Amino acid sequence: MKLDNIYQEEKKSNFAKVSEIIITMASRPSGFIGLSILIFHVILAFISPYIAPYDFKAINPTLMLQAPSAEYWFGTDDLGRDVFTRTILGGRTALTITFFGSLIALLWGGLLGIFCGLVGGKTDDIVMRIVDAFLSIPWILAMLLIVSLLGTSTEVLIPALGFFYGKGIVRVARAATHDVIAKDFIVSARARGHSNFSIIWNEIIPNVRDAILVEGAMRWSWMLLGFSSLSFLGFGVSPPTPDWGLMISNARGLMSFAYWSVIAPIVGLSSLIIGINLTADAFAKALGIDRSTKAPV
Amino acid sequence: MTEIIQKVKNLSIGFKSKKGEEILILRNISTNIKKGETVGIVGESGSGKSTLALAMMGYVKHGLYTIGGECEFNSSNLLKMKNRDLEKIRGRKIAMIPQNAGQALTPNLKIGYQIDEALQLHSDLKEEEREQKISELLNKVRLPSPETIALRYPHELSGGQQQRVAVAMALAGTPDLLLLDEPTTGLDVTTQAHVLELLNFIAKDTGTSMVYVSHDLGAIAQVSDRIIVMYSGEIVLEGPSRDILKKPIHPYTYGLLKSIPKLSLAGLPQSMPGSQPQPGTMHRGCSFFDRCDFSEEKCKSNSPQLEYLEELNTSVRCFNHKSLMNDSQVNQTVNKIKTSLQDKEILNISEVSISYAKQNLLDQVLNRISDDNPTVKDININIKKGETIALVGESGSGKSTILKSIAGLLRTKGGVIKFDQKRNLSSDLKERDPNDLRIIQLIFQNPDESLNPNHTVEEIIAQPLKLYFGLKGEELKKNIKELLQKVRLGEFYMSRYPRQLSGGEKQRVAVARAFAAKPDIILCDEVTSALDVSVQAAVLNLLQQLKEDFGTTYIFVSHDLAVVRAISDRVAVLYQGRLCEVGPSKDVYQFPSHPYTEVLLGAVLEPDPDIKPKLVAEDIVEEKPPQKGCSFQGRCSRILGDICKNEIPPWQITNSGNSIRCHIPLKELQKDQIN
Repeated sequence: MKLDNIYQEEKKSNFAKVSEIIITMASRPSGFIGLSILIFHVILAFISPYIAPYDFKAINPTLMLQAPSAEYWFGTDDLGRDVFTRTILGGRTALTITFFGSLIALLWGGLLGIFCGLVGGKTDDIVMRIVDAFLSIPWILAMLLIVSLLGTSTEVLIPALGFFYGKGIVRVARAATHDVIAKDFIVSARARGHSNFSIIWNEIIPNVRDAILVEGAMRWSWMLLGFSSLSFLGFGVSPPTPDWGLMISNARGLMSFAYWSVIAPIVGLSSLIIGINLTADAFAKALGIDRSTKAPV
Repeated sequence: MTEIIQKVKNLSIGFKSKKGEEILILRNISTNIKKGETVGIVGESGSGKSTLALAMMGYVKHGLYTIGGECEFNSSNLLKMKNRDLEKIRGRKIAMIPQNAGQALTPNLKIGYQIDEALQLHSDLKEEEREQKISELLNKVRLPSPETIALRYPHELSGGQQQRVAVAMALAGTPDLLLLDEPTTGLDVTTQAHVLELLNFIAKDTGTSMVYVSHDLGAIAQVSDRIIVMYSGEIVLEGPSRDILKKPIHPYTYGLLKSIPKLSLAGLPQSMPGSQPQPGTMHRGCSFFDRCDFSEEKCKSNSPQLEYLEELNTSVRCFNHKSLMNDSQVNQTVNKIKTSLQDKEILNISEVSISYAKQNLLDQVLNRISDDNPTVKDININIKKGETIALVGESGSGKSTILKSIAGLLRTKGGVIKFDQKRNLSSDLKERDPNDLRIIQLIFQNPDESLNPNHTVEEIIAQPLKLYFGLKGEELKKNIKELLQKVRLGEFYMSRYPRQLSGGEKQRVAVARAFAAKPDIILCDEVTSALDVSVQAAVLNLLQQLKEDFGTTYIFVSHDLAVVRAISDRVAVLYQGRLCEVGPSKDVYQFPSHPYTEVLLGAVLEPDPDIKPKLVAEDIVEEKPPQKGCSFQGRCSRILGDICKNEIPPWQITNSGNSIRCHIPLKELQKDQIN
């Protein structure tokens, strides 16, 4: 007996469903914190160009490595640029690129995984071995190769990140499909003679969607870290565009005497990753697919 | 015999809903378990019977909490006890036997080791003594050659043997009270009868009190001295088992007994309307009010109290029990099934064999299956239009396999399935044209699995309508409404999700979906076995009604011989993928019959303490059909000798048209079985 049975609610609109999920997420402390951080970062990314107090690329040698003050809240860096301005602007590129990268990862990883899970047999074997082979390649090396061959433009980075982070989603989507595929409603659809496309669209996707979305949310935070690593190595965003990875890389040599120039981007990056992680966890719990807490009855 | 070992006093258990309301699962339960008696707790799913049994062990499931009352064992309240103290009682004083022993045993530890572990925890025996005790226990639960069994892993045992091991483990601590939660559900009929017989023996032999929780009145009738009937978290009837089963004085029990199909009665039993109220939706009056045939105005607003009747030694929760007392002999009336049998044959299954063997590379290249001893072999059945034919057998008999092949879900190794005497149905789903797919529809065992949880009822029923008839918009809606009406569900169900429906309602939706395709043949795979007894009869009646309206042919797979007896025109008995007996159902249920049919019929449990199952053959589980000879040779108690082992028995046809595949002459079969 499930507790849900008790209230025979009528069919809800999609908007009502989404808002209910968000309310459930925010009702836990961890979910509330995660959501707040994430929303804060997203809003910041939108409005930062308008609220930034200084020009992010204005170099002023006379202001080199100033400690935080009323005028320069987070101090200045080795070229005399305002760290506060650069920090609030530094998340924009990373957030945009990884958001679209995750969407691509979700799309191709999810669909391929579902397809393999449904079809099974030799096709599944072959595709999964190829995915395994790609999984065994250290992603950073492969990314460096791609970036150095094709350049660091957004059009390259988004699909490249999307591809590399989608491999893991293939496995998750395939496993989730396997859970569903043995159920009689799939057998029933097959016996009726529905096409593979119809079975995937009508029967499987509604049942694996949640698992894949949660996985995608987790991938997002990993991708963010990955992207910042690329920037740190000098293969992500090109200067003078402000970016956390790049800022950390530039300022790390000065850490011993100008800690402020490195702490601000570190806080920015890690808080965003924590925010996404907490949100993804809360999302999973709100959808009821978290395995650590079971339904009471 | 009078010493009370467990006392449940005013026990209420419940949970807090999301809205903060307190919702009760158990409502004010009081009962006593005496030393040496076996108490059966019976009720539908959701009636709180398992919660009560677990509370008797001092265990309340996560998310539930005790609202009031106590469970007293040895004059201490288990529900208030600390875990450390409970550990001393559980296993030693109170032991539990779970429903699914296969899941309760650790898969990677040997049986002997697991029993030893139980002994270490729950007894004071020394190491040398324990070894002896293990074989003693295994002997007691009648497992063959205990020494070898102890060295096996759980997966190497059959379901019945695993259940016996679970019993042995529970007995390791020599408990005073044994709790059994549906211990035979999920076992085959013959195995079930054997396990029950063993439990009866153990109860007598050790003097242990038992609390036997089950939804199956047949099983309860065989083991218990006293029966507690539960309904939506309350005890509605409690008393000596014979009285309760023979003269039930509560309308629920009365209706329940009337709705169980029996071997002795052909035809469909009457169904009980409605379903059990969900916890939290109870109104003020009697919880059975909506479904009761005897209800009055006062039942609606006043809730009856449990009343103890001294002369019957029975407690009953009903205002009208007196009127039932005078006239409560369960006179089961059945709706005789009308046969709409026509002479035209609609499906010919000839020489069909199916193999699960893995193809080797050569076979894969040549696209063939080579297996000289396939799982299913020599199936020849001709099915007439409008007939209900039942395939009967234990698990592993190949009945579902045959069904899948008819539906095209499983490739056959050989043989022909012909529709309407002219069209061959391809054994590959992809090669069948849409019309061939439409004419055969499936209804599955478990509606929880056969309905997509993310689709509304409307979307579920719309699927075949869109696929086969291309219906859209208003016309589609109209058709869905008509179908829902036919399965007696209101229009407002269209926007519901399966999780918001009860088991019976879900199965009705599945039936509606099957009929949406306007099929000629419907394959029913154990359609009632996941349902509660009171709902089962309703679904069977619905299926029969729809068949009469549409002239559909049913191929009905079931392990429940009483259900089969109720609904089918013809029965085919299968063992190890081979046919044993095919004939009109009234003849199959009479002698002469195949020795296997005899075993099956003997093991059926009736809700009557006077009808004991006859245990004819051993409940061995055979892995594979024998290479040659009769399929039943391994378990047959009347085996003739080499002829059974070497030659496939011939079909013998009785005067009434019943075919039996056995070497024993018909006269002999008739003669021996009467006793």
